[in-house]
Amino acid sequence: MEQALFYILATVTVVATILAIAEKHPVHAIVYLVTSFFSLAVIFYLLAAPLIAMFEVIIYAGAVMVLFMFVVMMLDLGNPGEAGRPTLRHCLPALLLAGITLVSLVLLVIGRGAEEGPDVLQVVSIRDFAATLFGRYGVAIEIISMQLLFAIVGALYLGRRRRP
Amino acid sequence: MSYDLIDIALAFGKIAVIFMVILLLAAYLVLAERVLLGRIQERFGPNRVGPFGLLQPIADGIKMLVKEDVKPAGADKWLFYLAPAMAAIPAIMIVSLIPFGAPLTFFGRPVGMQVVDLNVGLLLFIGFSSIAVYGVALGGWASNSKYSLLGSVRGLAQLISYEITMGLSLVPVVMLARSFQLSEIVDAQKTGWFILYQPIAFLIFLISIVAECRRIPFDIPEAEGELVAGFHTEYSGLRFGLFFVGEYINIIALGGLAATFFLGGWHGPLLPPVLWFLIKALAFAFLFIWLRGTLPRLRYDQLMHFCWKVLTPVALLNILATGWFILLVGKG
Amino acid sequence: MSIIRDTKGILLGMWTTWKRIFRRPLTIQYPEIKRVPYPRFRARIVLTRDPDGGERCVACYLCSAACPVDCISMQSAEREDGRRYAPWFRINFARCIYCGLCAEACPTMAIQMTPEYEFCTRNIMSLVYEKEDLLIDGCGKSPDYNFYRHAGIGVTQPRGEGLNEEPPLDMRSLQP
Ligand code: SF4
Ligand code: SF4
Repeated sequence: MEQALFYILATVTVVATILAIAEKHPVHAIVYLVTSFFSLAVIFYLLAAPLIAMFEVIIYAGAVMVLFMFVVMMLDLGNPGEAGRPTLRHCLPALLLAGITLVSLVLLVIGRGAEEGPDVLQVVSIRDFAATLFGRYGVAIEIISMQLLFAIVGALYLGRRRRP
Repeated sequence: MSYDLIDIALAFGKIAVIFMVILLLAAYLVLAERVLLGRIQERFGPNRVGPFGLLQPIADGIKMLVKEDVKPAGADKWLFYLAPAMAAIPAIMIVSLIPFGAPLTFFGRPVGMQVVDLNVGLLLFIGFSSIAVYGVALGGWASNSKYSLLGSVRGLAQLISYEITMGLSLVPVVMLARSFQLSEIVDAQKTGWFILYQPIAFLIFLISIVAECRRIPFDIPEAEGELVAGFHTEYSGLRFGLFFVGEYINIIALGGLAATFFLGGWHGPLLPPVLWFLIKALAFAFLFIWLRGTLPRLRYDQLMHFCWKVLTPVALLNILATGWFILLVGKG
Repeated sequence: MSIIRDTKGILLGMWTTWKRIFRRPLTIQYPEIKRVPYPRFRARIVLTRDPDGGERCVACYLCSAACPVDCISMQSAEREDGRRYAPWFRINFARCIYCGLCAEACPTMAIQMTPEYEFCTRNIMSLVYEKEDLLIDGCGKSPDYNFYRHAGIGVTQPRGEGLNEEPPLDMRSLQP
């Protein structure tokens, strides 16, 4: 049952992501991407990581994409359906990065051999998750939060009301 | 874990009953709102269809069903059709998270009075309410009308902002209950409701859920005076009905959650738990209606100012104070 | 402190509306309870007759001209005795706004407003009232007034016999 669910969700994720890339209209692309995030969240849940699943929904689908949409809606896009497709030259960096990722994935799989993964995934409780995050990786969290603070201060500075 | 037929039947039965009850409650909440607003304005409200107008929701439902479903020219067809569902479904999903009674026993098995009791229930609630934004955003954008677009842009900004204060106001609750699981949050309030420890968080949560429901005084996404009906201006018939029912289900769901988080959920003396829960949830619904009958609409800049410059800092300070309190007193 | 002032404002407003909830609604439940309008209420229009039973209307078109929405139309004619009348007289109540200007303009008190307000219908064409529908057997307001008794010289009475009319003066008797 879970396996079947996984395959369905994985197909949905991949197809939705491809559509999100191929779609010319930004709002449609956002909707596809949100679909992909959703199925990804459910996959995370199946992988016994409910917290990650929730963050996927709240942060990516619920906040980041909404902000994207906010910006897209504010812009007057004219006729995005008539925009030209990107040529091969535009795709080159993306293809390069995708190639690197693919090669490393293949290497990883080959290197691991036929070793079996753990049969039963143990559910990471939120308590363990929090303890690890703020205990073991406490410094990293602090650094990231400082960075976010700088970003906020910077945004406030840029967005301040200027005296004419 | 293995399931047998009775388990599955019980689960489906539970879902069906809750769904029906919620739809009925939402329909009658509309009637209650109209009657109460009427009383506040010294008129009767609907009292023609059936005794005391009690059949009015049914008449309204039939009207919505048989009305023509208009799609404006130039609208984005699929998104236009999708948006009402995107608005209504998260509201219904939120209902499934709420524990509304003590577990009962049917056929010798315990049946929790809750559809799902996840260990990330609270987060799932925040997730669903952030998904509800898409109904507003896509509905307004896909209608290809300037009123709708303005409404949805306003709605987007408002909902994102107030989601933050809502989330922040729930952090102290999680800190006190030491769990994201709604049933455990309810159990943690057996002795004392969290509103006693966290009046400020309660107030912030209350304000935020009024804003999340897009109700007066925070109804700028659908401000009648300036935007016709905001993001659902172009909708008619059943699709408008979905938006409408979604809004009222949302009121009940958020009222129930407010009761769960701060008023001890279904705990209460004498009366049966389900009744206590209904009383608390509907008290919030009454408060919403009362507010609507009293307050004027906020201006957009006042709304944003209030959220970012007042509620957010206060909520953060409240979290800090709660943290210090728990550290020093060592409660829980 | 503005926060105290704002909170007080909100709570005061909530208290006011709370009290309203328990007041008796002002609404009159129309089909069951019918208000009796005042006698001078402006609703359905009638054409009245003078105390002698003759039609008051002299088809002078003044009401038609005064009507802001142009819903009165008629034709004028003259009887053998010289008395003017309207062979047909039509008011389109679907257009009438019940302003009462026609009644004010009428020199003969023929056209009058009545307090009867319940004559709406789904068939809009039936709101066009002809003279037969409008004419009533009575004088309405000012029951004693008879235009022709004042001004109907040569029609209903010879010169000098109208109401408040002095007999014709022999000019020559005034001459020195
Ligand atoms: S009441 Fe006013 S609108 Fe009606 S017929 Fe008389 S003048 Fe015209
Ligand atoms: S109803 Fe009065 S104003 Fe109108 S035509 Fe007759 S006499 Fe003249």
